[in-house]
Amino acid sequence: MTEELIRVENLTMHFPLQKGLLANIFTKGKRFVRAVDGVSFSLCKGEVLGLVGESGSGKTTTGRMILRLLEPTSGEVFYRGRAVSSYAGRAMEDLREKMQVIFQDPYASLSPRMSVGDAISHPLLIHGLAKGSGARDRTLAMMEAVGLSPAEFLYKKYPHQLSGGQRQRVVIARALVTEPDFVVADEPIAMADVSVRAMILELMIRCREMFDLTYLFITHDLATCKYICDRIAIMYLGKIVEIGPMKEVFANPVHPYTATLLEAIPVPDPRYRRTHPMPKGEIPSPINPPPGCAFHPRCPLAEPSCRLNEQHLVDLGSGHKAACSLKTL
Amino acid sequence: MDTGSPMLSLEDLKVEFPISIGTVTAVNGVSLDLFQGEVMGLVGESGCGKSTLGLSIPRLLRPPGRIASGRILYRGRDIVRMGKRELLSLRGSKIAMIFQDPLTSLNPLYSIGHHFVETVRAHDGRVSRREALGRAASVLESLGIAAERLDEFPHQMSGGMRQRIMIGLALILSPDLLIADEPTTALDVIVEAQFLDLLDVLRKQYNLTIILITHNLGNVAQLADRITVMYGGTIAEVGPAQSIFDRPLHPYTQGLLASIPNIRLDEPKLKTMAGSPPDLVDPPAGCVFHPRCPQVMDTCRQDRPPLFARNGHKAACWLYR
Repeated sequence: MTEELIRVENLTMHFPLQKGLLANIFTKGKRFVRAVDGVSFSLCKGEVLGLVGESGSGKTTTGRMILRLLEPTSGEVFYRGRAVSSYAGRAMEDLREKMQVIFQDPYASLSPRMSVGDAISHPLLIHGLAKGSGARDRTLAMMEAVGLSPAEFLYKKYPHQLSGGQRQRVVIARALVTEPDFVVADEPIAMADVSVRAMILELMIRCREMFDLTYLFITHDLATCKYICDRIAIMYLGKIVEIGPMKEVFANPVHPYTATLLEAIPVPDPRYRRTHPMPKGEIPSPINPPPGCAFHPRCPLAEPSCRLNEQHLVDLGSGHKAACSLKTL
Repeated sequence: MDTGSPMLSLEDLKVEFPISIGTVTAVNGVSLDLFQGEVMGLVGESGCGKSTLGLSIPRLLRPPGRIASGRILYRGRDIVRMGKRELLSLRGSKIAMIFQDPLTSLNPLYSIGHHFVETVRAHDGRVSRREALGRAASVLESLGIAAERLDEFPHQMSGGMRQRIMIGLALILSPDLLIADEPTTALDVIVEAQFLDLLDVLRKQYNLTIILITHNLGNVAQLADRITVMYGGTIAEVGPAQSIFDRPLHPYTQGLLASIPNIRLDEPKLKTMAGSPPDLVDPPAGCVFHPRCPQVMDTCRQDRPPLFARNGHKAACWLYR
């Protein structure tokens, strides 16, 4: 796991705010939603990195920029050392074969007018990887691999005839059929029922071994990271506040936000009682983020200096980094 | 907790939705007692009938959904057979309900204050607008929201605050039963924890009896006194929360507990449950869980199990005959 597959450098996405004509004329300076603000990390081949955060933290936007579904405001994504922005035309199409995505909602990401077989074989046709019976055979093999069996029987079915769990399997099969080596999984289990979640997670772990995959696993649920991630990165208001090996971050969370997130996870045990009260308030607006450390208004440890000084990730050894000067100095 | 006569009794309740391809029996013969002051966690996966059960208590089912048979006794009076006037006096003022998505439950065109005034005056037209706003301010205070925010509109509030507004609207008429249907599903994890903590404070402050409907057993673990696990429109298991978590009887409850992540435990992988939930138009004969059950017996395929008592709680499973 030493070969670097994806590297993200200083990735930033500022969405301009749409305003009326008069407002544009009379106000100086455009306002922006700072969805992602200088995010850097890298992924080694075969690794699973969990990108964790609450809604509005910028985790999905980061995933989309890596796949070049969004053009970043600044910063760069490297795939096997080459800048993704330098790809164009045919080369970019070939790159898309290798970088795939699994979305959250299997109801919205499957066309109701395409049968299971058509949906899964579609990427093969688009990329010219196979056609006719060749495409059909590869589709059937992929369906069996993700547990859509009997594949022959399900090939002609339409999404509305499938259960939620089966749909998500179709989405996974469609992502993997072009034999990618990098997959962005954007909340792949958030919509599923409890018993289905475990099944999808299990399938993703199996696929990783079968097809030698590297995942960026985007989720709001830290608890599921425990079962699939090698490393995790915690995002808050467009910035990574802590990143490191999963076990290390779980056992020794350094950033107060990470500690809060871990504390907030519901524990299925009636005897369990939280040791620290939850902080008040919610994630602030990314249009006008708090100065200094963005977490300071909610932070139980905040000091006056947190308002003033912007925080940067500090290496604590063995790849564990956190952006909190109170804890890292 | 009062162990005398129950505040709410469901007796053999059956709720049906006639649709083009047959009849969906969403709730199939549920009997349940609820006592004053307790929090009942109603847990199950999508399609198990938990929300339908919640909606049928204040008779808020949308047509074609209907209560086919059974009784819902609220302090001895049968809600199923109640006239419209009596029903209206019960809804809101005695039995209140909050839903999953606070944004779609609030009217974007009206201020928060207007929502409160309308709620109060709909039940008692003699209350002045000023007085209703005064009451709203004191309810909001107990929810940690400043009274000035009564002038604001739903879009100006965060998700967690909207959900607190919803519970404020539910509490302003001092109901004694609160039915909360997945109240935290739309919220982020920290806000969810805040909300559940708040609910625990409110239950004591307002002497509430709560039915907390959720798909997440972890959410009800610390809050619920008792838990009812539903599967395929029926009760799989019911009993004190502690005993359900310590000694789950029904194979479905066991599977459900094993498939939820617990970061406080050191287990490397989750257990999975084979199969998928039953088709409620044509449910399996016998026990609805038998096609997925790892311990299925011949009886299970033929006869529907009643609730058997064991270990201080009850499970609908032939293993405990």
